[in-house]
Amino acid sequence: MSALLLTTPVLADGVIGFNVDALAHNFWALTVDGLTYGAIYALVATGYTLVYGVLRLINFAHSEVFMFGMFGQYATLMLLGFAPSGNAYTQGTVMTIVYLGIAMIGGMVVSGGTAVGLERVAYRPLRKRGAPSLAFLITAIGASFVLQEFVHFILPKLTNNELGGANAQQPIILVQPSEQFTFLGASVTNVEIVVVVAALILTFATNQFIVSTKFGRGIRAVAQDPVTATLMGVSRERIIMLTFLIGGVLAGAAALLYTLRVPNGIIYSGGFILGIKAFTAAVLGGIGNLRGALVGGLLLGVMELYGQALFGTEWRDVVAFVLLVLVLMFRPTGILGESLGRARA
Amino acid sequence: MRRTSSRMAGVALVVVAGLAVAGCSSKSSGGDSTDTGTGGTGSGSLSIQPLVQIDSSGAEVKSSGTGDAADPAGDGKATCSGISLAMAGALTGPNAALGINILNGAKLAAKQHNDANPNCQVDIKQFDTEGDPQKATQVAPSIVGDSSVIGLLGPAFSGETKATGQVFNQNGLLSLTASATNPDLTKNGWSNFFRGLANDAVQGPSVAKYMVNTLKYSKVCVVQDDSDYGVGLAEQITAGLGDAADSSCAAKVKGGDKDFSATVQIVKSADADAVFYAGYYAEAAPFVSQLRSGGVKAAFVSADGTNDPQFVKQAGSASKDAYLSCPCGPAPDKFATDYKAAFNIDPGVYSVEAYDLTTIMLKGIDSGIKDRAGLIDFVKNYDGQGLARHYKWDPTGELASALIWIYQVK
Repeated sequence: MSALLLTTPVLADGVIGFNVDALAHNFWALTVDGLTYGAIYALVATGYTLVYGVLRLINFAHSEVFMFGMFGQYATLMLLGFAPSGNAYTQGTVMTIVYLGIAMIGGMVVSGGTAVGLERVAYRPLRKRGAPSLAFLITAIGASFVLQEFVHFILPKLTNNELGGANAQQPIILVQPSEQFTFLGASVTNVEIVVVVAALILTFATNQFIVSTKFGRGIRAVAQDPVTATLMGVSRERIIMLTFLIGGVLAGAAALLYTLRVPNGIIYSGGFILGIKAFTAAVLGGIGNLRGALVGGLLLGVMELYGQALFGTEWRDVVAFVLLVLVLMFRPTGILGESLGRARA
Repeated sequence: MRRTSSRMAGVALVVVAGLAVAGCSSKSSGGDSTDTGTGGTGSGSLSIQPLVQIDSSGAEVKSSGTGDAADPAGDGKATCSGISLAMAGALTGPNAALGINILNGAKLAAKQHNDANPNCQVDIKQFDTEGDPQKATQVAPSIVGDSSVIGLLGPAFSGETKATGQVFNQNGLLSLTASATNPDLTKNGWSNFFRGLANDAVQGPSVAKYMVNTLKYSKVCVVQDDSDYGVGLAEQITAGLGDAADSSCAAKVKGGDKDFSATVQIVKSADADAVFYAGYYAEAAPFVSQLRSGGVKAAFVSADGTNDPQFVKQAGSASKDAYLSCPCGPAPDKFATDYKAAFNIDPGVYSVEAYDLTTIMLKGIDSGIKDRAGLIDFVKNYDGQGLARHYKWDPTGELASALIWIYQVK
């Protein structure tokens, strides 16, 4: 909130619209929407944060790992016999949940596979040759383009134009959003409940995994001090692969949740903006910090929507990045600041 | 690519598990009986149907017949050599469908011309701008640098036309656009630029008056994207709507956006009669889906950027009853049949215009014109019927008589 209080007197002089009514009227509705998107940001942000914590690498291709997840769950549904139509399928709650679960696993497999494959093809050779960190960064950006253009130009040729190409996929809608209850005047839909609950469960499960399992200890050890960790018998390469896998799997889950919300967003360029926002969320919460990713994601999701209502919908990205700058001015390491290595049980 | 096999195996495993759990239950979707996605144009039986042709006051104008339309085949006696025409527009990228519609229209005209005139083979050279002004400025020099090109069909979008117009004008290359509708384009003093359809200054007020006078809307939320096209159109619509435009629910979105939550909430709380969207189908489809799933019942009205089968395909049942205006005319039956036979898809927005405009340029070539200046002169003095409308330009490069079509998703 400090961000808004600080910026309002400067911006309120008519150059930028300042619509308190729009925010006040829709406050709870915006909060619900914001938390839904924030939960998705948080899942993707976890992937950025884990990789950064372990490798000090900003994996810019993570947005494409997410995009592959969207295609993965879509392809899974097609293989299950769903034809894209743009109309919602109706088949009862239980079967819908079963199909959603299978689609999510499909998305996770594709995303996880992409992330690990990316690590092996793009990053591991660089690491073996001791390349400078700038080389990793450029490789990440390059890999991001390669993956996008693969879906744009090559995937349609491999799949007889069923997948990929210049246009968004025709949606397969498993769940038609319908209002379940109202919360202080804001309607809460089944989709929103599923997205938020699933995202929270996954985030906490990941946190538990990092905090209390042997593998998690390994990840934290490598994040804290790679050399000592290796001396203590932790296989660094295996841990790095595991880190990419977890990040990818979470991105795959996020991809399914995102397509529940935006069924017609499955396109080769569809991960780009979301990836940048998730990266912002990771930095906001404190990059390298799991709980920071959750806090940053939820905060960013909600603030973006408040900001849009207040200043006008075109200021969305400005609000997001002004918030980031303001937080970093006062807390240079992000809100929770702590790094992955030092995260305690 | 070693990963691919294990990934495929993973997917296969998932599928087997899924089938085991689910059995082979048949799945049905909620709406009409659905097509199977094998290249069908829409969701269920929905498609974009022509409704009415209107003038700038929003009143209906009966369309003229297409009987005496110019035919690219001509008399079959034309002779020429080493002459080609260029087409520039988005052939890849999220808004490529419009560019491809134009390219195919031009190709069809060229094919009919070349088949009928063995001694005059005119090539259509295609230049992909991705609809992006920056890319277009990189492509423009190679178009003017090709000395065989004596006329250009395009650029397709307003932004890229604005960015490249100066280059084409300096090089004296005819620029005949089948789709760029930003009104300011003809105010640059470009003597080479002609527009083959009504501009947004006609489209905006006509559609606005149609909404107010015929559809009787008293409260409309105008939502625009950040393209030159969207900004120009929204300005015209807002002015045309007058008191019916509600500034409290006017919103701006960005190209590439897929999430419109804040806009949906603002529109929802305004309880308007209609939402007008000034932008392209790539954003319009998720926007209308989210409006409908957010419980907004207001009518959805948009213009030519959205008037594409992809809009219906991606938005599905959410696109039902949407009004889509277009300066473009509906495809006559014979044209649609020929087009389908040539490209195995139905003609889309601007296919007819591209066909008509290419035909005009081919007529010029058939009349013996061999250089760029001659073709500009030919178009300047042209006066003839096409499939979509009558073509005759005023000195600024606008059509002398410009009308708008209203379509509806049904």
